[in-house]
Amino acid sequence: MKQLFVVASLVALTAGQLAAQPRPGQYAPADVQHGARLYAAQCTVCHGATGDTVAGVDLRNGRFKRAQTDGDLLGVIVAGVPGTAMPPFSFNPPELTAIVAYLRNMRSLDTARIPVGDPARGKSLFDGRADCARCHRVHGRGPRLAPDLSDIGTMRTADALQRSILDPNAAIQPVNRTVRAVTREGRTISGRRLNEDTYTVQLIDQQERLVSLDKASLREYEVVRGASMPPYRDKLSDGELADLVAYLLSLRGL
Amino acid sequence: MTRRAVLPLALAAAIPYAIHAQVSSARLQRASEEPQNWLTYSGNYSGQRYSPLRLVNPSNVKNLEMKWVFQARSLQSFSATPLVVDGIMYVTQAPNDLVALDAVTGRVFWIYSHRPSPGRLCCRGQVNRGVAILGDTLFMATVDAYLIAIDAKNGQPVWKTKVAEASAAYGMTLAPLVIKDKVVVGVAGAEFGIRGFIAAYDARTGNQAWRFYTIPGPGEPGHETWRGDAWRHGGGSVWTTGTYDPDLNLTYWGIGNPGPDFNAAQRPGDNLYSDSVVALDADTGRLRWHFQFTPNDPYDYDSTQVPVLADAMWNGAQARLMYFGNRNGFFYVLDRATGRFLLGRPYAKVNWASGLDERGRPILTPQPAGTPTYPGPLGSTNWYSPSYSPRTGLFYLSVWENYGQVFDPGDPIEFREGQNFTGGRLLPPPGAPAMPGMQRGPVNTWHEGAAHGIVMALDPQTGTKKWAYTMHDVTTSGILTTASDLLFVGGREGYFHALDARTGALLWKVNVGGETAAGPMTYQVNGTQYVSVAAGHSLFTFALR
Repeated sequence: MKQLFVVASLVALTAGQLAAQPRPGQYAPADVQHGARLYAAQCTVCHGATGDTVAGVDLRNGRFKRAQTDGDLLGVIVAGVPGTAMPPFSFNPPELTAIVAYLRNMRSLDTARIPVGDPARGKSLFDGRADCARCHRVHGRGPRLAPDLSDIGTMRTADALQRSILDPNAAIQPVNRTVRAVTREGRTISGRRLNEDTYTVQLIDQQERLVSLDKASLREYEVVRGASMPPYRDKLSDGELADLVAYLLSLRGL
Repeated sequence: MTRRAVLPLALAAAIPYAIHAQVSSARLQRASEEPQNWLTYSGNYSGQRYSPLRLVNPSNVKNLEMKWVFQARSLQSFSATPLVVDGIMYVTQAPNDLVALDAVTGRVFWIYSHRPSPGRLCCRGQVNRGVAILGDTLFMATVDAYLIAIDAKNGQPVWKTKVAEASAAYGMTLAPLVIKDKVVVGVAGAEFGIRGFIAAYDARTGNQAWRFYTIPGPGEPGHETWRGDAWRHGGGSVWTTGTYDPDLNLTYWGIGNPGPDFNAAQRPGDNLYSDSVVALDADTGRLRWHFQFTPNDPYDYDSTQVPVLADAMWNGAQARLMYFGNRNGFFYVLDRATGRFLLGRPYAKVNWASGLDERGRPILTPQPAGTPTYPGPLGSTNWYSPSYSPRTGLFYLSVWENYGQVFDPGDPIEFREGQNFTGGRLLPPPGAPAMPGMQRGPVNTWHEGAAHGIVMALDPQTGTKKWAYTMHDVTTSGILTTASDLLFVGGREGYFHALDARTGALLWKVNVGGETAAGPMTYQVNGTQYVSVAAGHSLFTFALR
């Protein structure tokens, strides 16, 4: 409750009114973790996983254009920056607390916990021994059966990428699940789910065709739990894993 | 792992799918042979917006019912014509989201979002008119002047080329046109004093293959029609998709107004190639011929209408013709191999010219200061696509009749980058409270003496009116005709109509509750013919019940 109250007060104050500087250890680990997830979902598109893709801003290293204090940061997040691509966000107070907590701990989180190796070696692994390119597409090359990874470095943190590689079952997003359908005529259709509603489902099938199915016309319909991707927990050395993460982080789209 | 590896093989053997071939250049050239699809902005290269489909016909059209609606998450005008390729529809949500959806149910497969640069200035409407396809790649032109290639299977960008500077007011709203291995686009922004061009890009790499400036620079033919430095900000936007004749290998594009829009004295000369149609070699972009409709235009009569290509009899012989319903109120017939003027006749109230001479040049009749000129600045027609039916032999267009406005050229205006460069002032005719603008509100308050809309059928052999379907309000809808002699058209009043293409009789209408600013289109999937039209902020799709 106390935390909620503090944050609500902060939001009400205009940026710059708060003089308090961040102190080490003042952020709850749960907030940092929660903030990391919010950041990955809402902020990476512009700021990148490493927080340094907007000119003049390096979130991980505490270099901001318009903020010094936590209050300043809240102000920028809530109000946006008119005339720039930074929009106002409508996070609730706990979410704001979490995001600021993450921003203040980005550096220690990513660099301390997740080793990031050599992207060139990672690319060799991706295309070669790790066999990632057999299912994943990057920059217009490779199949479309698994998610296209061309801009994965802007959408996931090193932490999240490592989790996906080691334990894809735990990390797979529902939108990427495989679905399997059997039509009334006995035709079996399987592919990666793109969209679904109460009555229909849209997928890309094994032959890379976009298919839309009416559920009422199906004899069987199953959302396959678990990822088709194998876990790499015992298949890569620590160094190789770091290289692969480095390569994925380097994929930033066009 | 094992399961994943085995499953695809088993499936491949079990599913008797139809072959979904890529959209080759050959398919684009023969688009009329696969009427189930709608492969280019105008349906095919001719710009006729005529579909050979005929399952929906004058007898059963009353049984059309709505099958699905796609509601755009955008409050901009819905100006896009969708493409449909083998059951998948690709349509844009303004300004620059590209959406792939199931053409039968309207359910979305994927959305690609381009966020335009915040510093852009173009265009008057933050709209987009659609995309082009080649192979498995879609091409979208953006309001901040990028051309983006997007994978048609998964919505991932393949390449992105900056066509021009958005901060200097360049932008693009048109659907690109794919010709062979190139993607052709044009830029808009004349209201801010750009120098327009048409450019082609390699479809695989995004590298520029050629560029044709619509306002010629020093040393280029046509430059003599400008004085001093006026050409530098001469306008000549290109914001509606052109057409292509594969036999002649010529691509035809309508060019917009000169800049500044209304102060013609400031830019003496004919101001080529503003308000012209140009024929360019599709491989090199070299100008083969041009025809200028409105020299030294003081009225903003952009000639960005679709040049419609038709093969028909002329003076007793088969001829390669171009039909052009121009914003300036005249309908033209040109020889599309040579650009020779064959016929020109007003189709709406016109008083800026008393007629055309033997070369098609207007005989000017400037109106006294303070009195209205017909048509007004939005023209007797505009971007709304016309249609030509080879079955009826009629040319159809959406017309603003009795539409005039008082033009005041005002003082000369100095060019400043990033600032409006139209100059002049516009006033309603004496006694009229206001005149229709780019968009209407929910209530029609025009008085009886103001402009109204007409869906008009012209005999292109003579330029005379065959029939007219009159609306209370003006209309911004494109037109679709089909081989069952149906004509589909929307309007500003929120109705979507089916007319008898031979007589103009109303056969069916439905209230879709918003104005149409794009052209309807039709396609077929699994033996069912669909008709789609954008109205308001949504795309409505109909089929027989």
